[in-house]
Amino acid sequence: MVRQVLALIVKELLAVLRDAKSRMVLVGPPLIQLLVFGYAATFDLNHVPVAIYDQDQSAASRDLVARFLGAPSFQLVAMLRSSRRIDALLDSRRVQLVLVIDRRFTRDLLTGQPAPVQAIVDGRNSNTALLIEGYANTILTDFSLNWGADHGRPAPPAVLDTRARYNPSLSSRWFIVPGIVALLTQVVTLLVVALSVARERETGTFDQLLVTPLRPIDILLGKGLPGLLIGVFEASVIIAAAVWWFDVPLRGGLLPLYLGLLLFVVAVTGIGLMISSLAATQQQALLGAFLFMVPSIILSGFATPIANMPIWVQDLTLVNPMRYFLVIVRAVFLQAADTRTLASQYWPMAAIAGASLVAAAWLFRKRTI
Amino acid sequence: MPDTDPKPAVRLAGVRRGFRAGKRVVTALDGITAEAARGAVTGLVGPDGAGKTTLMRLIAGLLRPDAGRIEVLGIDVARDPLSVQARLGYMPQRFGLYEDLSVAENLDLYADLQGVPPDRRPERYAELLHMTGLGPFTGRMAGRLSGGMKQKLGLACTLVHPPDLLLLDEPTVGVDPVSRRDLWQIIDHLTREAQVTVLFSTAYLDEAERCDSVMLIHEGRLLGHGPPGQFTAEMAGRSFFATASLGRRRLQACLAAVPGVIDAVIQGSRVRVVTAEAEPPVAAGLVVEAPDLVLTPTPPRFEDSFVARLRARDGLVPPAALTPALPLAGEGGVRVPGMSRAASPQPSPASGRGGVAGDVIAVAHLTRRFGAFVAVDDVSFTVARGEIFGLLGANGAGKSTTFRMLCGLLPPNSGTLRVAGFDLRTAAAPARGRIGYMAQKFSLYGDLSVAQNLRFFSSAYRLTGARQRARIAWAEAEFELGPMRDATARDLPLGFKQRLALACALMHEPDILFLDEPTSGVDPLARREFWRRINTLAEQGVTVLVTTHFMEEAEYCDRLVIMAQGAVLAAGEPEAIKQGARTAARPDPTMEDAFIAVIEAAPASARAA
Amino acid sequence: MNTVALRRLSGLLRKESLQIWRDPSALAIAFVLPAVLLLIFGYGVSLDARNVPIALVVQQPSALAASFTSQFARSPFFRPRRFLTIQDAEQAMTAQQVQGIVWLPSDFTRRAEAGGNSPIGVIVNGVDANDARIVEGYVQQVWAAWLTARAQLAGGRAPLPLSVQPQVRFNPAVDSRDYLVPGLIAVIMTLTGALLTALVIAREWERGTMEALMVTRVTMREILLAKLIPYFVLGMGGMAASVAIAVFLFGVPLEGSVWVLTAASGLFMLTALGMGLVISSVARNQFVAGQIAIITTFLPAFLLSGFVFDINSMPRVVQVITHIVAARYFVAILQSVFLAGNVWSVILPNAFALAVMAAIFLGLARAITHKRLD
Repeated sequence: MVRQVLALIVKELLAVLRDAKSRMVLVGPPLIQLLVFGYAATFDLNHVPVAIYDQDQSAASRDLVARFLGAPSFQLVAMLRSSRRIDALLDSRRVQLVLVIDRRFTRDLLTGQPAPVQAIVDGRNSNTALLIEGYANTILTDFSLNWGADHGRPAPPAVLDTRARYNPSLSSRWFIVPGIVALLTQVVTLLVVALSVARERETGTFDQLLVTPLRPIDILLGKGLPGLLIGVFEASVIIAAAVWWFDVPLRGGLLPLYLGLLLFVVAVTGIGLMISSLAATQQQALLGAFLFMVPSIILSGFATPIANMPIWVQDLTLVNPMRYFLVIVRAVFLQAADTRTLASQYWPMAAIAGASLVAAAWLFRKRTI
Repeated sequence: MPDTDPKPAVRLAGVRRGFRAGKRVVTALDGITAEAARGAVTGLVGPDGAGKTTLMRLIAGLLRPDAGRIEVLGIDVARDPLSVQARLGYMPQRFGLYEDLSVAENLDLYADLQGVPPDRRPERYAELLHMTGLGPFTGRMAGRLSGGMKQKLGLACTLVHPPDLLLLDEPTVGVDPVSRRDLWQIIDHLTREAQVTVLFSTAYLDEAERCDSVMLIHEGRLLGHGPPGQFTAEMAGRSFFATASLGRRRLQACLAAVPGVIDAVIQGSRVRVVTAEAEPPVAAGLVVEAPDLVLTPTPPRFEDSFVARLRARDGLVPPAALTPALPLAGEGGVRVPGMSRAASPQPSPASGRGGVAGDVIAVAHLTRRFGAFVAVDDVSFTVARGEIFGLLGANGAGKSTTFRMLCGLLPPNSGTLRVAGFDLRTAAAPARGRIGYMAQKFSLYGDLSVAQNLRFFSSAYRLTGARQRARIAWAEAEFELGPMRDATARDLPLGFKQRLALACALMHEPDILFLDEPTSGVDPLARREFWRRINTLAEQGVTVLVTTHFMEEAEYCDRLVIMAQGAVLAAGEPEAIKQGARTAARPDPTMEDAFIAVIEAAPASARAA
Repeated sequence: MNTVALRRLSGLLRKESLQIWRDPSALAIAFVLPAVLLLIFGYGVSLDARNVPIALVVQQPSALAASFTSQFARSPFFRPRRFLTIQDAEQAMTAQQVQGIVWLPSDFTRRAEAGGNSPIGVIVNGVDANDARIVEGYVQQVWAAWLTARAQLAGGRAPLPLSVQPQVRFNPAVDSRDYLVPGLIAVIMTLTGALLTALVIAREWERGTMEALMVTRVTMREILLAKLIPYFVLGMGGMAASVAIAVFLFGVPLEGSVWVLTAASGLFMLTALGMGLVISSVARNQFVAGQIAIITTFLPAFLLSGFVFDINSMPRVVQVITHIVAARYFVAILQSVFLAGNVWSVILPNAFALAVMAAIFLGLARAITHKRLD
């Protein structure tokens, strides 16, 4: 039996590798996507266009302006001389932040009145708006504290001393790129596995297989194992790229990472086999894979946190293997997590893997015999 | 009959066209020069891959030739395709009817597209519907018509605007003989009454004889061009029927090896022999094992001419009988060649197989439904060991469905079936190891090389180690696949693809062989070679089950059933079935005549609507 | 167009419409798919952190400490949990039970009373950098509120010299759904538009009907038009359904006019359909066409259109690439029309870009589809 399964695995790998189109699906798109998304997908603030309207033009206000100009995330687009252009600049999105320093700025500072500074933010991208607000607040608060200390004001009772654990510079790339490991692994594995049975059905080789002494379980293994191999290989390439190209630190060990990867790929393979068993044509298999993939990516915590979702949606994500693997991969990369702490993520994936493989086997038998 | 206009409808001069397939460039047409007369039926005859479809598409202006010139109705096609298309009707091989539209809606669409004025339509529709017999079905969805009806509807749509030139690309392939006869009646009517020129491509060689003129094409070259009579005339005095008390298969094998004989095929209980020279050979002593051999001259047929030309072109001597396969392991003795088959088949060797002695396959009341559609309707038959058994019928008759049930690929709704004593659906894997299967279209791994396919399938059939290597070597030698062992399977020419498929089905030395339309589309020589192998296998005790829609292949079988609409209409030996259609007017019916007779005798519900 | 040509076109249109009506898959892609996707994602995606679980560790309880920590209970952003030791809190953070730690060391009160500037330790989990920043910002707001409350109790002097007056335009509630849903509509419409035409034409090739059509008198322009018009109508129908879901189910405001929305959607739909036509002329079977449609339209639309990731923050090279993603222009229009109103300075340039892209794709489709098989 082992020999037959081996022959099936060899056949499958040859079929995938000898077809130019399949080869491309394995290598081209993932690499391109890795590069583009690795750079494009970012929540960091970079080159935020800013306009400043300094009505005061004093030493203090210039000091404040200088702090904004010196901030790496902000990029000055216009120094305004009147409030006329503010609406146009904001509406047209040429700037996302307008800072208005009131005429009475220095006077209020010196007389101990609260010196008003307006920060007008474009809310059309609410996430960026929040971040811009927060960042601007930080700059303004620092100015406040410094100025207060320099001018003999009583210090506030307490100040915040903030640290970011695991990611001191809060680079969102360290969050997203490990996520791409999960994303691309799922996409490639699912496409390869889901399409494989359907393709054989369409070309007629499936019938040819069924007539041989191969048993359904042999054929299933012969489809699943190559998918597994390809998935793990793909993931390894992307992990290597993450570490050496994107400089994301890999603080944990390879064992917890690969254990999670294995379980993840098995689970995805099981789902792919289920889709493959149900689909009669390649087109149906593609649609089925797509219909699973899109929700599972969007609702996995890849870009938007699961904690933000309504409770009933969070419950839905419990059957999404990508959710667990994302936690694992990020924890291993950034938190140096080990197998023990991640146990609560491993077993749900194992359960999903088991259930999907059993279902795939059952569907397989039903549809073929 | 062609009218007196001397200008031909189609003129081809040095037409050449190639395509890229993978890394190679395949020459589909290599310098075709010919003409098609107006008002006549010209047949483009040749096997699959000969270039017929490419030629049709060139004439229709859908492709441009790499070299040469094509003139249709006096217009240069490459320069002005639209004018040509305005005057022609073209029915491609896979004529896609819009399956979600009804018959009437399909006709309306093509009437719109061809610019038929609305006031002319009712009359035209009436004429077309009457001609095709589709009158009562105008409201039915095209997807629900039978195969023959779809072809007729396709033809009607092509004719809705009366064309001057009608191009029909293999309209009769796989269609039941009754519909085929109807289609020919329509074509005859068109040429006689409406002076339409018809260009008709087909792989059925017997249809060549119904054309006014024939272009014989093979591998992109024109092998001959002229009235069919011209072809058969050159074969005068070279065709004979051979009879002897020796079993016909054995007789055929022996005759094929005789020098001076360029063709020997089984036809019913006789063997048709074609000689290289017009001199009648001396019958006595021709075949050592058949001292009572009698040769009766018979009028030549078109196929004889085709085979003669192919042999002449290839300069081939007919190959000797092939080396038999290694003896079946663990079986009783190989049947000694030359033993008479007149008696009942040999009893099966005592190797402990279950089931009725002698009956390797037993099917009883097999039924299969898909929704409301009954694909197989109460089918019963048995097949004895070493028999070649045929399922003959048009596309959609239920042959493939029956086959798939026999192979265990599909569960029946009711009825029983036993193969070598087992029900393959529940049979353990070893039972499957005794079966070989060759599917209808090429279904091996196109991306893998020949050697990789051989290795995979031998492993799948549990061959290992030295035995596996020996069998692979045998396959490469036997089927002449050695030189192309590293070629990608998909890029092989059609004949080699079929050889590979057969090799993969035989490496594990099965007792039973299932062949689903194995020779559809191949040229006559390849077909003969294929059947030579099959006959050799049958002689060795392998049971062979074949489905086909070629009438003449039915003749090669020991017994056959004729299927239509999922039911068995007739069963028995080919000769017996043909005798059933004998009438005073038709003392020597062909299998096609018998088929038509059987269908027309069947109750109305079983007839193709 | 003369009457004969019109009749051809109307014949083809009738055929398309009948086919769509009788084959549910096109209807499913046009209506069901967007609706389902919109529902899932509309509920699922959110960048708004609310009720953030946060750990509070007070090593030396005091009135001052309590006045600070009580701010967290009052804040809508947080759901505080008390821990006795910093180690317990860190464990909880590693286990993802809390997203941040606020701890007051044992000398907190003493230092505050001594000279102020007593450090409040804040540790955020940097794994999700975006979330961490947001939590940081919230903590800062809580701290500022605490200072203000104390100052008011003490006698009215402002705690800090500056008084920051934040103002968020166009999405005052800073609700991420209002910002994500319009972008979602663009992404989904990209997919349905391209998928509809890509699959449908490839299907004609596979079934052989295309070859039969080509030999009739119909021109390629008529064939393309007959494909474009019904699927345009279908796509716009799906668009309308999506907008209805967005406005009535999710409550996304529609500040701008419906006509502008319709016109912009029409331009975008033409672009997406044009892309689909090009894809299906290139890939003559449904399977390849479907794959290409997904890779070249959906994924870029998802990641490079500004739908969730801000284009400004991307590296310059990538920003240039986004100019060829049609969805980018549509997302910009949608985000403005929904949240800001008819902002012409945004609408006009983006609509122009869309028109140009539509012309390019439709022109390309016309150029590469001829009545020949090679």
